[in-house]
Amino acid sequence: MQTPQIFSFHGGIHPEENKAQSLQLPLGRPRLPSELILPLGQHIGQSSRPLVKVGDHVLKGETIAINNGFLSSCLHAPTSGTITAIEERAIAHPSGLNDLCLILEPDGKEEWTTLNPLTEWQSNDKTDVLAYLAKMGIVGMGGAGFPTQVKLQGAHKNALKYFIVNAAECEPYITADDMLIREKTQELISGIEILQHLVNADQVVIGIEDNKPTAIASLNALLSEQNSPIQVAVVPTKYPSGGEKQLIQLLTGEEVPSGQYPADIGVLCQNVGTCVAVHDAIHYGKPLISRFTTLTGDALKAPQNVDVLLGTPVAHLLEYAESQHNNLHRLVMGGPMMGYTLDSAAVPIVKTSNCILAATKKELPPPAPEQACIRCGMCEQACPANLLPQQLLWFSKSQEHEKAEHYNLFDCIECGACSYVCPSSIPLVQYYRHTKSAIREAREANIKADLAKQRFEARKARQDAEAAEREAKRLARQKATPAKSTTSKAAPSPSKAAPTPAAPISDEAKKLKVDVVIGKTKLKKAQKLLLEAQENEHLEDIKTLQLQVTEQETQLALLEEQLSKLTPVAAPVQTTPSAQSKPAVNDELKKAKIDVALIGVKLKKLNKQLEETPDDQELKGKITNFEIDLKAAQATVDKLGSASTASTAPKAAISDDLKKLKIDTAIAKAAVKKVEKALQKAEEIQAPEVDAIRQQLKEAQQRADELEKALANPQSTDAKTVSTPAQNSPDADAEKKRKIDLAIAKAGIKKAEKNITLLKEQGKNDAEITASEWPKKLTEAQEKLAALEKESTPAITPKVEAAVPANADADKKRKIDLAIAKAGIKKAEKNIALLKEQGKNEAEITESEWPKKLAEAQEKLSALEATDGNTTQKATQELPESKTDSATNDLANKIKKQKIAAAKAQINKLTKRLDNEPEVADSIQQEIAATRQKQEDAEALLAQLTHSKETTQENH
Amino acid sequence: MALLRISSPHTQRAGHRTSWVMQMVILATLPGIAVQTWLFGWGTLINVMIASIAALLCEAAILSIRRRSVAFFLKDYSALLTAVLLGVALPPTVPWWVTVTAVSFAIIFAKQLYGGLGNNPFNPAMVGYAIVLVSFPVPMSQWLGVQSIVASGESLSFLQSLQAIFHHLPNIDGYTMATPLDGFKNKDLVDSATAFQTIEALQSASINSWLWVNMAYLVGGVGLLWLRIITWHTPVAVLGALLIMAGVFHLFDMSNTATPLFHLTTGAAMFGAFFIATDPVSSCTSNRGKLIYGAGIGILIYIIRTWGGYPDGVAFAVLLMNFSAPLIDYYTQPRTYGHKKAKKGLKIGEDN
Repeated sequence: MQTPQIFSFHGGIHPEENKAQSLQLPLGRPRLPSELILPLGQHIGQSSRPLVKVGDHVLKGETIAINNGFLSSCLHAPTSGTITAIEERAIAHPSGLNDLCLILEPDGKEEWTTLNPLTEWQSNDKTDVLAYLAKMGIVGMGGAGFPTQVKLQGAHKNALKYFIVNAAECEPYITADDMLIREKTQELISGIEILQHLVNADQVVIGIEDNKPTAIASLNALLSEQNSPIQVAVVPTKYPSGGEKQLIQLLTGEEVPSGQYPADIGVLCQNVGTCVAVHDAIHYGKPLISRFTTLTGDALKAPQNVDVLLGTPVAHLLEYAESQHNNLHRLVMGGPMMGYTLDSAAVPIVKTSNCILAATKKELPPPAPEQACIRCGMCEQACPANLLPQQLLWFSKSQEHEKAEHYNLFDCIECGACSYVCPSSIPLVQYYRHTKSAIREAREANIKADLAKQRFEARKARQDAEAAEREAKRLARQKATPAKSTTSKAAPSPSKAAPTPAAPISDEAKKLKVDVVIGKTKLKKAQKLLLEAQENEHLEDIKTLQLQVTEQETQLALLEEQLSKLTPVAAPVQTTPSAQSKPAVNDELKKAKIDVALIGVKLKKLNKQLEETPDDQELKGKITNFEIDLKAAQATVDKLGSASTASTAPKAAISDDLKKLKIDTAIAKAAVKKVEKALQKAEEIQAPEVDAIRQQLKEAQQRADELEKALANPQSTDAKTVSTPAQNSPDADAEKKRKIDLAIAKAGIKKAEKNITLLKEQGKNDAEITASEWPKKLTEAQEKLAALEKESTPAITPKVEAAVPANADADKKRKIDLAIAKAGIKKAEKNIALLKEQGKNEAEITESEWPKKLAEAQEKLSALEATDGNTTQKATQELPESKTDSATNDLANKIKKQKIAAAKAQINKLTKRLDNEPEVADSIQQEIAATRQKQEDAEALLAQLTHSKETTQENH
Repeated sequence: MALLRISSPHTQRAGHRTSWVMQMVILATLPGIAVQTWLFGWGTLINVMIASIAALLCEAAILSIRRRSVAFFLKDYSALLTAVLLGVALPPTVPWWVTVTAVSFAIIFAKQLYGGLGNNPFNPAMVGYAIVLVSFPVPMSQWLGVQSIVASGESLSFLQSLQAIFHHLPNIDGYTMATPLDGFKNKDLVDSATAFQTIEALQSASINSWLWVNMAYLVGGVGLLWLRIITWHTPVAVLGALLIMAGVFHLFDMSNTATPLFHLTTGAAMFGAFFIATDPVSSCTSNRGKLIYGAGIGILIYIIRTWGGYPDGVAFAVLLMNFSAPLIDYYTQPRTYGHKKAKKGLKIGEDN
């Protein structure tokens, strides 16, 4: 047997050993405690899974918890008895937290379960032996509790040069390994041989400090007797030579690379306790149910080593070692250098508990107050990892984590040598632990933030794509709408059929209106709830409620939009009679209608945005603004419409009631505006009453709406009653109704179409459903529309015949119809394209359905065009100049309208900017004013143009 | 049973507190103080007393202004150490107000205003010394003429010393004399050999007296090394660099330079190497860093002595190297266990 070469490591300290106390008495065997507390997590990795339930009777050595995953271990009953509970108990852990434990009440019989030793371990497959060790619950007993089979598997990563058995036991006070070597030399050697058989290392070295002469002698005697190749390397006593990395450096002269494991340089370390446990498991079939533990410290009268069952409460052992409770000042599990204090003596001994240090105040005095670091460098001289502890302290205190990492903070093994020598009593290790955990937390937070960023970017890209798509759709719609209005005007002319009485209001419109009302009440309710939640600060409720509110708002907005779409479509028909006499009113009406449409579109957009970002207060404010604008615009439309109808009736006196209603409406609107202003202000200063104000606003709006409705109704009734003497008016009313129905029907069609597209977007299977249900509805609605159109025409025809301007109106309508038809074609084409994109199978459906529609629409278009041609021909025959005039006027109108829209958009943008950048408010406000001026100019110009157009039409 | 709950380690090396470190350094200056008293009379001791009182008062005043525990910080002996180091560095007959100015500047500005013990980037004693050296050059250059005193046996009495420090000693000029370094500095165009023969300050009596002083500080320094309060790196580097510089230049120009031995045994060479350069707070941390830092001081001492405006340059050399200590620290990290090579600079993210 040769003596291996001993190297050295940097630093290290020589604290008082204090090992003699616990070696005075022979190995003790405490009697059974009243209960054994067996934590499920006695090792590194996943906690074990219990196999028993409360009330089960178990035998000694029976498996009571099984490994739960790869990095886990089994747990066995240390004695026979009954499981009395599975509950949270205080465990021996630096955190002082509780953990799930099995509570075993011994029956005192010590009845062993059947033991199955692995006698043929030499011939068995090595993986089988490893599995057997795992089953026996063997973990590293030096301190970390790393499952042994996992460590052994890892050892095969590289060719194993050294198998080091760690018997250094460098911590002061602890003598458990020393005692184990003395007591179980034969078992230790046998265990080492088994492990060597499993890992097959080039050299097997037992590293032991020179302060254990008895153990060294007995080892040497036995090894030379057996002529074993196992070497004993006696290393000088220096803390922390028992640290894995330090022992490797001492025995091999090699360093474990930073961030790697001993296996990476071909070294495997095992604690002596583990080796003995392996021997017991293989040769006797005994699982790991007991261990050697040192009971020491001046508070104990009989310090000694004990062979103790796992789960024995510390209090039981203290009693066994005759603890003097009055003197006990600090209870440490582990050694004085790296152990951790225990809060109570109720915690159990686990697989890794090598020492219980019951210290008096004199023995381990409370640390002196921390003084300033004078950078004396004593810590640096003591550091076994060759760090600069004083610099690390500096960086830790100033939270310069990057610098601390740069100075290799994570190579600190927390041995405590620096704190031990520090003349300023600085708890350096504590600082390092804190900084390490702070850095780890920051790393985790970084990873999370990165993920969140990725998600956000993906979402933003998606949103942008959606917005672009929406924008494209909107543009397409915008193109389609003016065309529609012209065609709808043209529509009545081809069917100069007999007038039919007023058609009933379609179900769709009714439903829609009911929906709006229901939606409004729901919204109100949700807002109230939200308000309450905000007042009571129920954070989670607020979120969900906010979502609900926004959802409701969007739904409501959608419904309103649909309704508003009905109104503008119906409105032009309503106004036709007035066009004869009051073109100026008509112009205003048109403008108002444009406004309604524009605002509606914007509102929709904003609502969608809001759906995506429900917390955006600014957006919400805008939406409410738009809603108000929309209402106002609608109101003006209504007013104008009714005014025009009223004006058509000669000498129709406006009733007092109506006046009152109008005044009320105006007041309500003013109130709405006031509240709106207040809301804006509140939002600007982020006042807490924003929501309250918003609520008020909603209410005011509602009131205004109701009043408007009321206003609209009596207006119509008034118009009816007052205009009875007039010949036109009953006709006009009926016509109005018809037109409303028409519009409703159109809206129905749109809905159906929308639903179809929606369903199609949802996927292939839905396409079939689509084919079955919605198209039907669509066609029904279309039929209805056609019928209504037929009905509505006769109402106008007399006027067409009566006067030339009426003729012009009809012409317009026709044009609108034409545009609608064109839009229909486009839609159909789009749908076809969409379906084609979706796949081949649907292409068949497509072929069956949409092309038909397309063809129909095309036919319609051609028919309309033909009639249009006819009428225009007529018109041109009569007035060739006016035709061209009106055409140019139309174009100019369009341009102007677009300009107005652009100006409005500009204003919106600017106001938004104003909100965002209050410091440039003045200039922006000036800009806004300028743009408003422009818009007004444009509007005026548009009015002029339309007016001139009307007059030209009238003239002819 | 209320158990104490603290994190590991639970034990500390007994007795080796910061105050112990400071006390040991003060004790290590005793041989030097004894020799200086023997050679120059009571002046040095009186200086040390004045400096100590001023330092403690300043420290206490600033600590109470900073609302720190006065007793706790005074007990760390760091102010006292600064005072002792300044006291022995100042000439024995320097007026009391010079000492007080130096000490109060050292304690208030160089130490407490930076945050007190452990936070001062410069050696407080040397800051104080440099301030008075620049401000009051005349009293600062009045070292007692050792030769005549020792030869005639008429050292300044205690009363005379007191009179010189607190009042005015009319015949002080009869006692003062240039130091050897001063003498050599002002040899003008005379070559070394003649200078050593003719100039009074360079006579063997004078040189030997300074040799004694330096030997005494060497003894104290070795004591500190033995106590492991300082490591050998800094003093060896300082003296080694001074020796090499003096040796090399002496080889090139025998006639105009002094011998390396002269440089090592005159002025504050030993005092600076063992007591000033080793101040842990303002020097480098790693062993390699200490070598570079010490060598820098040694080189600067020689440069200032030979070509600078002052006969001795320990204070300025130390202060200049204090400036560069953090930089040196960044580039002299030791190789940590498990790393192939030491990290250099502060390149974040680099790993090995």
